Amino acid sequence: MWDWSFVLEILPVLAHAAIISIEATLIGFVLAATLGLVLALARIAFPSTALPISVLVELIRSTPLLIQIFFLYFVFPSFGVTLDAFTAGVLALGIHYAAYCSEVYRSGFDNIHRGQWEACTALNLSSWTTFRDIIIPQAIPPIVPALGNYLVALFKETPLLSAIAVLELMQTAKIIGSETFRYTEPITLVGVFFLAMSLVSATLIRAVERLLNRRPAR
Amino acid sequence: MGIRTLIVMLVASLLVIAILATQPAYSLFLPQLLEGALLTAQITVLGALLAVVMGVLAALGKLYGPAPVRWLANIYIEIFRGTSALVQLFWLFFVLPQFGISLEAYTVAVLALGLNIGAYGAECARGAITSVARGQWEAATALNMTRGQMLRRIILPQAFVAMIPPWGNLFIELLKSTALVSLITLSDLAFKAQEMNQTTMKTIPIFTLVLVIYLAMSLVITIGMRYLEGRASRGLARGRTV
Amino acid sequence: MTDKPIVRFDKVSKRYGPLTVLDSLELDIFRGEKVAIIGPSGSGKTTVLRMLMTLETIDDGVIWVDGEPLTHMERNGKLVRADQAHIRKIRARIGMVFQSFNLFPHMTAMANCIEAPMTVLGMKRQDAEARAADLLDMVGLAQKKEHYPSQLSGGQQQRVAIARALAMRPKIMLFDEVTSALDPELVGEVLQVIRKLGSEHDLTMLMVTHQMGFAKEFADRICFFYQGKICEQGHPKEFFGSPKNDRTKQFLHAVLEAG
Ligand SMILES: Nc1ncnc2c1ncn2[C@@H]1O[C@H](COP(=O)(O)OP(=O)(O)OP(=O)(O)O)[C@@H](O)[C@H]1O
Ligand SMILES: [Mg+2]
Repeated sequence: MWDWSFVLEILPVLAHAAIISIEATLIGFVLAATLGLVLALARIAFPSTALPISVLVELIRSTPLLIQIFFLYFVFPSFGVTLDAFTAGVLALGIHYAAYCSEVYRSGFDNIHRGQWEACTALNLSSWTTFRDIIIPQAIPPIVPALGNYLVALFKETPLLSAIAVLELMQTAKIIGSETFRYTEPITLVGVFFLAMSLVSATLIRAVERLLNRRPAR
Repeated sequence: MGIRTLIVMLVASLLVIAILATQPAYSLFLPQLLEGALLTAQITVLGALLAVVMGVLAALGKLYGPAPVRWLANIYIEIFRGTSALVQLFWLFFVLPQFGISLEAYTVAVLALGLNIGAYGAECARGAITSVARGQWEAATALNMTRGQMLRRIILPQAFVAMIPPWGNLFIELLKSTALVSLITLSDLAFKAQEMNQTTMKTIPIFTLVLVIYLAMSLVITIGMRYLEGRASRGLARGRTV
Repeated sequence: MTDKPIVRFDKVSKRYGPLTVLDSLELDIFRGEKVAIIGPSGSGKTTVLRMLMTLETIDDGVIWVDGEPLTHMERNGKLVRADQAHIRKIRARIGMVFQSFNLFPHMTAMANCIEAPMTVLGMKRQDAEARAADLLDMVGLAQKKEHYPSQLSGGQQQRVAIARALAMRPKIMLFDEVTSALDPELVGEVLQVIRKLGSEHDLTMLMVTHQMGFAKEFADRICFFYQGKICEQGHPKEFFGSPKNDRTKQFLHAVLEAG
């Protein structure tokens, strides 16, 4: 049933693929965190964009990532731009999770008491100073762990990139499976890898949360 | 988002579908896509039922079970939350047959997605159960109820109300993750989209339609859960005792 | 009043970590007696009631109810910790009303009152409803049977809670500051209900209260708690008329000054 020598044989291949998965995660997440922040700030800076942005966010969040991946992958060529699978996939991941991240920022900013903004106005601070010195420091403790959770969620969705043949973990495992007709080891190993990463990151997020909350916040 | 905005969005998305259906470039694809959407809806509903049952059982097991049950519940929750949904789907589809258990793709889809969402649901069920005020347990004790009676009659009915909003989000996640079943040969909405995209290369009309159909289904779930929440909490609204 | 106490605290102690909340408490309460427990905040009054209701475990001693141990049971002539079955058997004789009402928010007033009689006592719905209707009538809420707790005022909720406890036909009723969470104008209606209950000679009542006037007029005995001990007890006339202990005097002085 379970063949350890086969495991040793495929481990290097899977390890290489794991690096692709992690790359996709990190690039996708940086994209998501940045784009999400832009969306959240746009809503504050230009109130007229609030409704269109929230409709867009709702649209992105209520449709499957897989469809969005396909869409980006297949639609760009019809505009004459060809994206390779990795780029299209990471772009889709980034946009999908940007929608979630923007909500995290938004609730982070919303949770700051209105009195804080009013006090800053009363002190005649510029909006940039208010944001940098008063709002951001208070918003960070709740935002960071929530973003961390989405980082993990994004990571767990990287196997979807296998649908457009990005050679990440899942795709590699499937190829091994179809070449050797042994699916047990490769797919189980992929699962174990994700489980291990999730457990480790959950612990890390909790530690960060404790660290951030140790400061006498509010 | 306010319920009114959601309803407007639902009406708008249905209108978009209806208008596109009159366009020859789009109407071609609609029947097939709707057929796929039906399968998507079926898997979502069955998966949701399984998820709720598993979520509540795992939460109860984790909270009140004897040690072995607690471990089992923990293992279930950690495994299904920690490994990715697609990995679970592929594991049941490709690996299980190597152990001599061959399930139909449809069964695998419902099982994998239901168990996956159920593991997330367990955490929200647990939160909802522990959020019921301690005074409720005490009042039930003073009335000499057994623990089972307290749970069944007093605690769970209140916890269910608190569970509705997070379950609403999970059902959306479930609907979205049903797209994965297209990767194990089931011809759901995502599968149909891809199939027709490959044969016709009309990416924009096809995927626009598909996205709007998914959006409409999500909105139906969201609005339905909001409605349930409103109904269920009517009695509870101001009644949460201190 | 017979000589055999219906409730007996026999050298009962309760500790939370290093803090001793009740120290070797000895207290006998007799059938039909109405006992008011008073004392400063943190003196252990609530804890006494909660231990009797088995909401708290005890660390030392034994609580007896009606001649039978509540916290323990007899095994081969020795007292061992009671199991759930034993606790439930003895606990059936006790009912409690809480400071914060603790009504079941998802049930109407009527449903609150028939829930336990049906599930615990196995009564038929009809019988349970008849009994509950009588009790709701007695507490003056015949018109509010189908209201949810959220649709009732605090005083009304507390009266439902009293009816709900009585529906189980307890011999002993515990009241923990049942008017403290109420707006002042609602206190009277709840006390009125308790007065009515007091006229039932069979019911033993144990109440923690800050309403000195009510305690004086209603109780057969006042117990003054101080730092986990009964500092002084006696008939209200003597207790309020000529308190002996300095602590009691201080406390009464402070309370009467304030109120
Ligand atoms: N769960 C607990 N953990 C730790 N200490 C507790 C706990 N419950 C009560 N105590 C402590 O036990 C002591 C007695 O508490 P109790 O509630 O019986 O006081 P009380 O006389 O009813 O006071 P009050 O008039 O304020 O209601 C207090 O010092 C309280 O802090
Ligand atoms: Mg108290």
